[in-house]
Amino acid sequence: MSKEFLLTLTWLAPFPPIIAFMLIALFTNKRRSLTTLIAVGGMLLTTVFSFIVFFNVAGDHKLGEAPLRSQFAWLPTGDTTFNVGVAVDPLSALFLFMVPLAATLIFIYSTSYMENDPRYTRFMAYLSLFAGSMMGLVVSDNLLSLFIFWELMGFCSYSLIGFFYFKPSAYKAAVKAFMTTRVGDMFLIMGMVYLYSQTGTLNFYDTMRNEEVLHHLAATPAIIPGMTAAALIGLFIFGGTVGKSAQFPLHVWLPDAMEGPTPVSAMIHAATMVSAGIFMALRFFPLYESAAHVGDTTAFTIIGWIGAITALLGALIAVGQYDIKRVLAYSTISQLGFMVAAIGIGGYVAAAFHLLTHAFFKALLFLGSGSVIHGVEHGHHHLHAHGHDDHASSHDSHNAGHGHDDHAANDHGHTEFDPQDMRNMGGLWSRMPVTFITFTIGGLALMGAPFITAGFWSKDEILGHAYHGMTHGNPLSTVVFWTLCVAAVLTAFYTARQIFMTFAGEPRSEAAAHATENPAAMTFPLVVLAFFALTVGYMNIPEDFEFAYIKFGAIANGFGIDHWLGHFVGGMLPVAEATLPFNSVPVVFSVCIFLLGGFLGLWFYGLKPLKAGETDPVENLGAIFTALNNRLYFDELYRKLIINRLQRFADYYSNNVDKGFIDVFLHAAYAILSDIAEVFRWFDKNIVTGISNLIGDVFRRVGREGRELQTGQVQNYLLSALIAAVVMMVFFLVFQ
Amino acid sequence: MYIYSLMLSLITFIPVIGALLIILLSKQLSRTIALVASLASFVVALLVLNSFNNAQAGFQFVEVAPWIPQFGISYKLGVDGISLWLMMLTVFIFPIAIWASSGAIQHDQKIYYALVLLMETATLGVFLSLDMFLFYVFWEFALVPMYFIIGLWGGQRRIYASLKFFIYTMAGSVLMLIAILVMGVQGQTFDYEALVKQGLHSANMSLFLAFAIAFAIKVPMFPFHSWLPDAHVEAPTPGSVILAAVLLKMGSYGLIRFNLALFPQASQQFAPVMIMLAVVGILYGAIVAFAQSDMKKLIAYSSVSHMGYIILGIFSMNELGVQGAILQMINHGLSTGGLFLVVGYIYERMHTREMGKMGGLWAKMPVYGTVALLFVLSSVGLPALNGFVGEFVILQGAFQRNPLWTGLATIGMVLGAVYLLTMYQKVFLGKGKDEAVDDHGHHRQVASASHGLLDLNWRELASAIPLIVFCFYIGLASTPFFNAMSASVGKLLK
Repeated sequence: MSKEFLLTLTWLAPFPPIIAFMLIALFTNKRRSLTTLIAVGGMLLTTVFSFIVFFNVAGDHKLGEAPLRSQFAWLPTGDTTFNVGVAVDPLSALFLFMVPLAATLIFIYSTSYMENDPRYTRFMAYLSLFAGSMMGLVVSDNLLSLFIFWELMGFCSYSLIGFFYFKPSAYKAAVKAFMTTRVGDMFLIMGMVYLYSQTGTLNFYDTMRNEEVLHHLAATPAIIPGMTAAALIGLFIFGGTVGKSAQFPLHVWLPDAMEGPTPVSAMIHAATMVSAGIFMALRFFPLYESAAHVGDTTAFTIIGWIGAITALLGALIAVGQYDIKRVLAYSTISQLGFMVAAIGIGGYVAAAFHLLTHAFFKALLFLGSGSVIHGVEHGHHHLHAHGHDDHASSHDSHNAGHGHDDHAANDHGHTEFDPQDMRNMGGLWSRMPVTFITFTIGGLALMGAPFITAGFWSKDEILGHAYHGMTHGNPLSTVVFWTLCVAAVLTAFYTARQIFMTFAGEPRSEAAAHATENPAAMTFPLVVLAFFALTVGYMNIPEDFEFAYIKFGAIANGFGIDHWLGHFVGGMLPVAEATLPFNSVPVVFSVCIFLLGGFLGLWFYGLKPLKAGETDPVENLGAIFTALNNRLYFDELYRKLIINRLQRFADYYSNNVDKGFIDVFLHAAYAILSDIAEVFRWFDKNIVTGISNLIGDVFRRVGREGRELQTGQVQNYLLSALIAAVVMMVFFLVFQ
Repeated sequence: MYIYSLMLSLITFIPVIGALLIILLSKQLSRTIALVASLASFVVALLVLNSFNNAQAGFQFVEVAPWIPQFGISYKLGVDGISLWLMMLTVFIFPIAIWASSGAIQHDQKIYYALVLLMETATLGVFLSLDMFLFYVFWEFALVPMYFIIGLWGGQRRIYASLKFFIYTMAGSVLMLIAILVMGVQGQTFDYEALVKQGLHSANMSLFLAFAIAFAIKVPMFPFHSWLPDAHVEAPTPGSVILAAVLLKMGSYGLIRFNLALFPQASQQFAPVMIMLAVVGILYGAIVAFAQSDMKKLIAYSSVSHMGYIILGIFSMNELGVQGAILQMINHGLSTGGLFLVVGYIYERMHTREMGKMGGLWAKMPVYGTVALLFVLSSVGLPALNGFVGEFVILQGAFQRNPLWTGLATIGMVLGAVYLLTMYQKVFLGKGKDEAVDDHGHHRQVASASHGLLDLNWRELASAIPLIVFCFYIGLASTPFFNAMSASVGKLLK
């Protein structure tokens, strides 16, 4: 198809959901079925547009060099204009495939999951805007419009996380998410402004694909001595990623974000929010690279360390959680850390690859967990049949307050039961078979089950990259490699723990015993996602990949998809990333990691599944478990260090400085002025009688009008002002 | 056509004619007359906007008449790309404020509406005067109606607040008066353009300071801001809207029009200090806003913070910074004006502005919640709304001037989100103070203190919608705004 046609479709791609948002918000907010039609229809339309674009460009290995672009003037700044536009390049094409696909499935799932919520239409409206913003972000050809959609997503996540606005835990989580990501955005804005001041443009192709500009940035010393402008701009922009993609130390918002309804978690963790952060870091990858070329590796080093720390931290905390969604939330943090670490060691393709596979299996896991919760909740209500018809609306709102400071009014009177707590589950495999199988597939992908799951291939690519760096004397790669290995073992362990605790053995609560499988609208998306969680990795098997005498690469070659992603997305880089020679050592590591972590999970949770009332084996870790369970006290630390201090600061300045110092000073000045005026009045009254009577009369007349207001002060003031004016005028004229 | 040469005078003095009519005619007609007069002024201003020539850097629609020729004082009005937008903002905000007065003003309507119209004339005069003396007359005159509006229709501590407002601003302008007299005497004329052309005082530090202090108090810049929260808290809703949206802009407009143009060298010298004060104000205002429990006080301090960005842009002294500052003046007028309207709606219903007494209003008043959210987001600087464009352009300009202070200024954007969203959360989210909401969103009334709160009526919506439309308009398509101002800003900075 012609380029123009594809570009038109790209322009149109973000609009159907955004228009759907407006239509629902303005017209159909009272009509549920019409809302469903508009929301899902809009998303499907976007999917069609995006897929046409994707499948038309997917075979084009030259797309990286000659992306499809189109733009128009939007904001005049100074004597130039600021252009915004869309672009299809390999990176955005990949997202044009992943985002609408995952989003459409989440939409379908939501229509069933949120069906009985009183504010269903509002939910679908926000969800549409969320998806539309992500699409806009993906096709943006410049940082400014990317940022606009980025912030719009921030707003959507704020509204959706706080969807149950009447629950303190939910709206606190919403505000926390918005503020924490804003801290990152602050750096992003700085980076944006800095980049613009250096290059005069924010277009990705005029900066990141322009050798001259990159050279200039790498050669310019930054405002911080010892750094190049390229590295510093890159780090500022990466600050946005740290916020949006929940990297250490701004990771605290993401686990709380699960206060939103479960489909929102799937949106945030897979299709939108967190992916956007990595997406942007990939966009600016050439900047880090160009800085490293001239010997300034600050950016890569910091990014690598942050990624590695986050990967380990997330995996550790996930081990100590009981909430099925919280485990997944920390797992997302950890997996995002893998991607960021990959970027830090120069693994552009590896990071993009893992982002893609992760989006599918994490969406699957979240929707699966939602299905589990829905099922258990259903069993719970079945048990306590009160005859209330709104139970389905409450599955999220019902329990998310658990463990928080809110146990207020609840007409069910049984807040103690938490259907998200894995200790209340067990034995669901036979009761919810589709959920069980698909969730397990997602879990295996997360664990990196060798050769059969997508997660294996992408994780292996990251480890392979790190291993290659390590063996070639890069200390950062060494750190990353070993940290990620440990994190990966933990990942396999906590995932196995989660699967066994949820599905294996006998039910540990009556609710779990009465759980039932969900309708097709919820299980169908799970099946589709499971398919991709298994297969999407095959699009990037290195040609020479061979393990245990099976020539995987050659097989993939037979299908013509060997290393497709590497060739395709690798075209994004100004200097093509050298294809690493195949090395079987990291593959052995990957396999062993899966086996070790999986074995530990099997040993503690699989062979003799937890029985009701039994203690979880990880609790034997004692103080370590307590620390992990309390999320390593990050929230407490931030509350003490920042939030409380800010509050105290604010109170102090408000009471002491503003009301105290400044106003006291003013009042004193006023008192002195009045005294002086008093002196002048005496002078005026007794000496310049005639004149003062005249002036006084005028003022008194004015004053009479405002008698209600005050008595005398304004006259005093006006008089002294007049006199002061004369005195100072003389002063100026004499001394000028 | 002859009438064309009197356009600006028409815009400026139509409100005065309205005020006279109000005094002469019956009380029942006051509001209608005020509305008609302010709208008439708006329509004429639209004609000016329509035939405004973007390419022309100098003043357009100039009107001159000798006033006191012995001293070189004349009646001279004119509009350029800078004052154009402030004029438009003024004529746009006043009808809205008058429209929104019906609930807040319960007595002496006649005097009230006359005073509001007089204030409109005075502020328009400030923005359109091209004679220093004339400017000063309007400048001082703008104080008086506001003083009475706060003092007569204000809250509990209105006497203190109105006095503080009046005296503080007046004290600042005394210095300016002296500076104006000095310049007029030395330059043999009070004509603004002539004085700029003479450039006698380009490096005069004391004259710069005399003007700067007057304007800094009006803006208000840290540390001259303490009159603003008091004035806002006591002022009736429409008074707050006018104060925030229009009166504060007199200060920032003055800094551009007089300080930058008359004293370019002194401005360069003082720019570091002004930038520092601006950034301190941004952060200080934001932090103190965070500690407030009264909604109006919170918004007043947020004004201190937001006006800091405008000062930062102005004293970047480059095209980006100044253009951003001018746009941000309009933005601040729209979003802060809107926020004060929003507070007014709830005050008329609950008779309190204490956030501690509110909560869960979203459930009862979803339309109100949506309107408030839009203004909050616009104020926070969410892209696609107006605030972002202004802040972004200002930061671009400021970064070229001083990266370090600009970096500190961006912290204000985070803090802005903190206090505004916290306010929104306290007022709209969660559970009402008088009722129990179960975890399903179903409400059960417990007591009926704020029971029966009604959502916004069409009158209230009508006052908010024009503001919202322009919040989106500027956020999505700011080009026409920049196009009209760029030539004049370029000339001014030359």
